[in-house]
Amino acid sequence: MFQLINTLLIGITAGSIYSLMAISIVLVWRSTRVINFAQAGMALLSTYFGYEAIVHFNSFWIALPVAMVGGAGVAALIELVFMRLLVKRSSTGPIAAVAPIIATLGLLGLIKGIISSIWGGADVRLVGPVTNVGYSIGDKTLAFSPLKLLTLCTVVVLMLLLTLLFQKSNIGLSLRASAYSPEIARLSGVKVDFVRTLGWSLAGAAGAVAGIFQTVNGNGAFSPESIEFALLLISGFIAAVIGGLESLVGAVVGGLVLGLVISFVLMYISSSLFFIAPFVILLIILFVRPQGIMGVKAARRA
Amino acid sequence: MHKFKSSHHLAFFIIFGFILFLAGNRVDELRVYQGASIAVYVVAISSIILLTGYSGQVSLGHGALLAIGAYSAAVARNNFHAPVVLTFVIAVLAAALGGALLGAAAARLSGPYLAGTTLALAIGLPSLANQFPIFGGEQGVFFDVGFPPPSLGEGFTQYKWFFWIAGLAALISIWLVANILRSRYGRNWRAGRSNETAAALAGISVSRSKILAFTISAGVAGLAGALLSMTIGTVSPSAFPLSLSFSLLTGAVLSGVSTLSGVMIGAVTLVAIPEIADAVATRIGVSERFTTNLPGLMVSTLLILTVLFVPSGPVEQHRTRQARKAAKEKN
Amino acid sequence: MTLTVTELTIHHGAICAISDVSFTVSKGQLTAVIGANGAGKTTLLRTLSGLNKSTHGQATWNEHNLLHSKPETIVRHGVSHVSEGKAVIPELSVVENLELGAIWRKNKKEATESKAAVTDIFPRLGERLNQRADTLSGGERQMLAIGRALMSKPQLLLLDEPSLGLAPLVIEQIFQTIRDLTTSMGLTVVLVEQNAMGALKIADQGVVLNLGKVAVAGTAQSLIADPQVRAAYLGY
Repeated sequence: MFQLINTLLIGITAGSIYSLMAISIVLVWRSTRVINFAQAGMALLSTYFGYEAIVHFNSFWIALPVAMVGGAGVAALIELVFMRLLVKRSSTGPIAAVAPIIATLGLLGLIKGIISSIWGGADVRLVGPVTNVGYSIGDKTLAFSPLKLLTLCTVVVLMLLLTLLFQKSNIGLSLRASAYSPEIARLSGVKVDFVRTLGWSLAGAAGAVAGIFQTVNGNGAFSPESIEFALLLISGFIAAVIGGLESLVGAVVGGLVLGLVISFVLMYISSSLFFIAPFVILLIILFVRPQGIMGVKAARRA
Repeated sequence: MHKFKSSHHLAFFIIFGFILFLAGNRVDELRVYQGASIAVYVVAISSIILLTGYSGQVSLGHGALLAIGAYSAAVARNNFHAPVVLTFVIAVLAAALGGALLGAAAARLSGPYLAGTTLALAIGLPSLANQFPIFGGEQGVFFDVGFPPPSLGEGFTQYKWFFWIAGLAALISIWLVANILRSRYGRNWRAGRSNETAAALAGISVSRSKILAFTISAGVAGLAGALLSMTIGTVSPSAFPLSLSFSLLTGAVLSGVSTLSGVMIGAVTLVAIPEIADAVATRIGVSERFTTNLPGLMVSTLLILTVLFVPSGPVEQHRTRQARKAAKEKN
Repeated sequence: MTLTVTELTIHHGAICAISDVSFTVSKGQLTAVIGANGAGKTTLLRTLSGLNKSTHGQATWNEHNLLHSKPETIVRHGVSHVSEGKAVIPELSVVENLELGAIWRKNKKEATESKAAVTDIFPRLGERLNQRADTLSGGERQMLAIGRALMSKPQLLLLDEPSLGLAPLVIEQIFQTIRDLTTSMGLTVVLVEQNAMGALKIADQGVVLNLGKVAVAGTAQSLIADPQVRAAYLGY
C-alpha cells in the first residue's frame, strides 16, 4: 500500500516536469506549426543561466526568473534569426517536409556544443529553495517532499496562467489565430510575426522552469551529457504527443500519464527498463490513439 | 540523367575498387584507417539517403540499427565462431529484421512523429544492452575479424585489412543500393515521398513500400555497424551514442539527402572534421574545453548551414545551376 | 478618399497574372470586378490587401500606398479584405472570429459598438455567438467573414466571390446586404464575382477582366446593356 502511494507520488512529480516540457513544445507547435527538437537544449541553457544567477546572487528565487527571462530571450532570438530564415528558404524541394526537423536537430547539437564549450566539465549544481527530504509518516518516509510539492504547485499555476492567457486574452486570441490561419490573422490586423516570436518566448520560459525543476529534483548536478537531459529531451515530446499536441491541458495530462506509467513500470516491472519504456509508450499511443488523449481526430500531416 | 546501364556501373565500381586497393598500399597507416572509416560512413550514409532522401522518412535511430548489426555480428563470431563473411550477413539480416519491425510501426507516422519515435529508440536501445549478459554490459564484447591471411604478404597490416574489407563491403553495398534506387522500388519511394495520396491512387501500396525502405535501409545500416565495430575492435553501448545518429544525418544532408552520388562528400567530411577541428584549435590556441567540443560544433553548424542554404545538397545544387544555365543559353 | 489603381502588373514567376490594370473607385461607390476563372480577379484583391507582391504599377487608397505594405498595416489604413472561400477560422467561435477583426483597434468601446452593429446586420450571427465557426452553414460563414471584416471599421471593403457555393436565396440576401453597406454605411466596395449579373445589378460601376487585362469598364448599367458583355458573362 505504501509502495503504491509512493509510486503514485513519484509518478506525479516526475510527470509534472514532463508536463512543463510538453507545454513548451505545444506552445511552439500551436504558434508556428513546428516541432522544436531543440527545446530541451534551450531549457538546459536556461538552467545554466539560473546557475550563474545562483553563483552571483545565491538565491533560488532570483535564479528562477533569470532563467525564465533568459529562456524567453534565447527563444525569441532563435525565432527571429533562425526560424524565419528556415521557413523562407526551405519551403520547397525534396527536403521541405523534413527540413525543420533536421534544422532544429542541428540547433540542438549547436546549443549542446556551446554549453559544453562555456561550462563544460565544471561541476555545476543547483539546489532548491526547500528541502527535498520526504515527509515522514510514522517511521516511514514518503516519496514526497516540500520541494516536490513546490514543483507540482508551480506547474499547476503556470498551466492555469497560460490557459487563461490563451483563452481569455486578446494576445491569446492573436496567438491562436496566427497558428490556425496566419493569412486571416494578417488580414485582421494581427502582427503575425511578432505574435510568433511571442509564442516562442513563452515556450522558452516554460522550458526554463522545466529545466530548473528537473535539476533540483534530481541530485542537483546537470550537464549536456547527463541522463536527465536525454530524458527531458524525449519525455517532453512524448508527453506532448500523448496529450494530443493541440491543447495545454493535453500537455499536462500527457506529462502526468507518462510520469505515472514510467513510475509504475520501474517499480513493478524492472528498473532497468527506464530508457526503453518511453519508446514503447510512444509506440502504443501512436498506434492506439494517434490524436492523443485530448486531441480531436484530424489530418495529422505535420 | 545518366544513361549508363548497370553493367557499365559495375565495371566502373570494379575499376574504382582496384584503384583504391592500389592506393591503399602507398599511404601511411593513419590514412588507411581513415579510409576504412570513410568506407563505413559511406555505407551508413547511403542507408539514410535511401530512407530519408528517397522514402522521405526521417529516422534518428540509425545508431540503434547500427548497434543491432554490430552486436549480432559480435555474438555470432564469439559465441558461434562464425566466419567473418557470415557475421556480416547476419548483421545485415538482424538489423533488417529490426528495421522491418520499426518500419511497420513507423508506416503510419509522418514527419516529427516519426523523428521523435526514432529519437526515443536511439536513446533507449543501446541501454538495453545492459540487460542481457550476452551483450557484455557497459564494456561490451570484442569483435575480432582476425589477422589478414598470410598469402597477402608480410607488410600487410591489420589496418590495411580493415580497409580492404570495409572498402569491398562499401563498393558492393553502394552498387546494390544504387540499383535498388534506380528500380521500381526507388520510384515508388519517391512517389510516396512527394504525395502519398497521389501515389496510392496510382496503385502503390505506400505503407508496404515504406516498410520495405526501412527494412533495406536497416540492413545496410547493420552492415555499417558491423564494419564500424570491426575497425574499433569492440561493441559497446558507448559506441552508439545519440551523436552518432546526428552525425549520420548530417553526413546525409551534406551529401545531398536524395543524391547517392554525393555520398562520398558526407563521408569524407565526417571523417575529416575531427582532424580539421584539431588543426584549427592548435592554430588559434583556444581553451581545452572548446577544443573537445569543436568537432561537435562544426558538425552542427554544417548541418544548419546546409539545410538553410544548400538544402538539396551540393550535387543537386550544382546540377540545377547547370540546368538553369543551359536553359538560359537556349533562350 | 479614392482607390486608384494605375498600370498594375503582377507576375507569378514566369506567368503574368495581371497586366496593366487601371481603374478608380470613388468614395461610397460599389465597383464590380467580373471575369472568367483565372482572369486575375483574386490576384488583384490579394495585391491590394498586401498578401501578394506586385511587379509594376501603383495602387493607392486615400494617399496610402498599398503596394509595399504588409497586410497588417493596410488594415490599419481602413482596408478590409474578405478573401475567397469563406474566410473564417473554423476552430474559433463566432464571437472570437468577430473579436479578431477588431483586435488591433485601440478604442475598445467603439469595438463593442461595432460588434453590436454587425449582429444587427446579421442577426443569425448574434444567435450563434458561442458556437464554433465550423458548425455554421455556408451562408452563415460568409456572413461571419464579412462581419469580421466590418469589425475593423473599414472604409474600403474588398470582397472576393462572396456568393461562391451559396444557395440562390442566400446569395440574394448577401448581395442586398452588401448594397446596403454602401448606401447606408458609406463604404467603398470592390466586389469580385463570377456571378456577373448579380454583382452588376448592385454595382455602380464595373470592370471586366480577361486574361489579366481590362477588357471593358464603365458604369454598371452600360455593362449590363453591352451586347458583348451580355454574351460572354451574362448568359444572354
